[in-house]
Amino acid sequence: MDYTILILALPLLSFLVLALAGMKMPHRVAGAIGTLSLGAVAVLSYLTAFSYFTAERTAEGTYPTLTPWNIDWLPFTQQLHIDMGIMLDPISVMMLIVISTVSLMVHIYSFGYMKGEKGFQRYYAFLSLFTFSMLGLVVATNIFQMYVFWELVGVSSYLLIGFYYTKPEAILASKKAFIVTRFADLGFLIGILIYGYYMQTFTFTPSEEQLMKAGMVLPWALGLMFVGGAGKSAMFPLHIWLPDAMEGPTPVSALIHAATMVVAGVYLVARMFPLFIGFAPSVLHWVAYIGAFTAFYAASVACAQSDIKRVLAFSTISQIGFMMVALGVCTSMNPHEGGLGYMAGMFHLFTHAMFKALLFLGAGCIIHAVHSNEMETMGGLHKYMPITHITFLIACLAIAGIPPFSGFFSKDEILTACFQFSPVIGWVMTIIAGMTAFYMFRLYYCIFWGKENKELHAAHVPHESPLNMTFPLMFLAAVTLIAGFIPFGHFVSANGESYDIHLDIQVAATSIVVALIAIGLATWMYAREKQPVAEMLARRYSGLHRAAYKRFYMDEVWMFVTKRIIFRCISTPLAWFDRHVIDQFMNFMAWCTQAFGVTVQPAQSGRIQTYTMWFLGGIILLTLVLLLF
Amino acid sequence: MEIEIHVIHYLVISTVMMFCGVYGFFTRKNLLALLISVELMLNATNINFAVFNRYLFPGQLEGHFFSLFGIAIAAAETAVAIAIIINVYRNVKHILTDDITDLKG
Repeated sequence: MDYTILILALPLLSFLVLALAGMKMPHRVAGAIGTLSLGAVAVLSYLTAFSYFTAERTAEGTYPTLTPWNIDWLPFTQQLHIDMGIMLDPISVMMLIVISTVSLMVHIYSFGYMKGEKGFQRYYAFLSLFTFSMLGLVVATNIFQMYVFWELVGVSSYLLIGFYYTKPEAILASKKAFIVTRFADLGFLIGILIYGYYMQTFTFTPSEEQLMKAGMVLPWALGLMFVGGAGKSAMFPLHIWLPDAMEGPTPVSALIHAATMVVAGVYLVARMFPLFIGFAPSVLHWVAYIGAFTAFYAASVACAQSDIKRVLAFSTISQIGFMMVALGVCTSMNPHEGGLGYMAGMFHLFTHAMFKALLFLGAGCIIHAVHSNEMETMGGLHKYMPITHITFLIACLAIAGIPPFSGFFSKDEILTACFQFSPVIGWVMTIIAGMTAFYMFRLYYCIFWGKENKELHAAHVPHESPLNMTFPLMFLAAVTLIAGFIPFGHFVSANGESYDIHLDIQVAATSIVVALIAIGLATWMYAREKQPVAEMLARRYSGLHRAAYKRFYMDEVWMFVTKRIIFRCISTPLAWFDRHVIDQFMNFMAWCTQAFGVTVQPAQSGRIQTYTMWFLGGIILLTLVLLLF
Repeated sequence: MEIEIHVIHYLVISTVMMFCGVYGFFTRKNLLALLISVELMLNATNINFAVFNRYLFPGQLEGHFFSLFGIAIAAAETAVAIAIIINVYRNVKHILTDDITDLKG
């Protein structure tokens, strides 16, 4: 499997070429370079996945963990060294497929979406950089390599959110995303250092001896690592950057802020899963509670947003919450007894990446057609954009959990795992799944049916997008249609053994009924030209509606905490101390030196004879001293 | 009557020369006069070298050599010093030490 190195090398190479020489190239050439290299990466990833999953299983019935390439990058001690390499195991191979597929689709789509934009080549260069870093993250052989690439995806996300760097909102959003995730990554770094110090290794599998000796610090290390993961995966209360990140170009939102980078936190938890189960089950359950709360919070906010990309952003946060819950409710490594959530979470990651990318790309087509993100400029678009309409509907059905679309299968597994853990969390997640169906169909009806903005559409008739934008939609819709039938448990499960997915009829029936009720409600409220029920509800609960629209004032809370509390009570006194005590002390030292210098300065008069006088005097003095003593 | 010349006589002369040089170096303002004073001091030491060699270590030559070196160095030093003085004169139109203080701190 030596060719796997190319999976990392090609996007890096394409980034270097585009970044160094891109501006000299015509748009078409630059885009073609990025897309072709990504196409090659996708082919190689499929090849890797095919040969990996068709290879022999080990004696225990698991797929072997392969390390086709590894170098000793930074040695510290005999045992402790940071490596750079490629590790293939079921989840990293699965992620390779997700990333390369979505990235390739986004590359193709961007040809149409970004056509004629200033900085087209720069855009493709950053896409390549992002793809390289994300692939490096998932194939990392050790936690430190993961951290390095983790920061690299953060940087490329920053660069792409701030792509329209002349727009103040985009600049603010990119800074916000970078600072919030960076702040969370501090926890990640401390977690890594604790882990490395006590385990004497950065690999994911510490020796038994070290685990026995220092197993009790693992909950701390893993908890801190989860803080980093929560920042990247937009878990409450660190989610605030993700909705603002929608200022970036829409394909970027599809790639980074829906399908790949934001699930890095989920991937991190999955990567450390054996350690979580073995040494920190309580931390894992906290992951579940945080995930469940985030899922609920984001779903309720999504019900009131008017910007379609914001709705999708909150829906992403909510779905990542689902994945976190799935991982968090696990109680053992055995998928038959409490370990089902691992498989369910990974499965949902896979299906969600596909249908959420599809939703974002569809939203991109709509924004492309009406030149606005706001729902009020839309409505009735099904007449103008049939392909976008159908594919968007498929994705909505998938996320709502209607069979036979992929989301149904993965979400059903998550709910089953939740019910196995505790009925309370199971019902909570079922209700959140219903809310998901409601807000997604609210979005769907407000875009494609509902109240049409006729004046705007008459002035500028919305049109279906060109083929290079609709092809990715159709491709991803096809994936969404069939992905549910992949025997996913056969490839990925908590202990690596083959697991047959079987539907729990009771859970499946409940979730379908809840989803259908929610869809029916959305249809009743939003499908028609006049929406008296929705308006009446918004008026009657205007406080709640406003709060949800304002995201329950989380941004304001953060602003209050940072500006009023941290800045005013901590930073300002510290700055005063720094300026008036530390700096002044240094100034005093400098002043003393200068004053002394000024006093002795006249001695250097420039008169040679004065100097020699001193010289002579010194010699006489020395002679006297030597003679007398 | 014949006066025998001893070491002490030479040393008296060299001391007088030395302190003439020192006095001249401190009191004169003209760079050329300073140069002459330096020459006086140098030659006072040369005399000392020669005399001590002649009277105290008659069989050896080190002192004489040092005198010769001293003379050679004095010649070179004079050449350089004259060149500097000429350049100073070109720049400031005089060679009085009191007014040449541009290189002070």
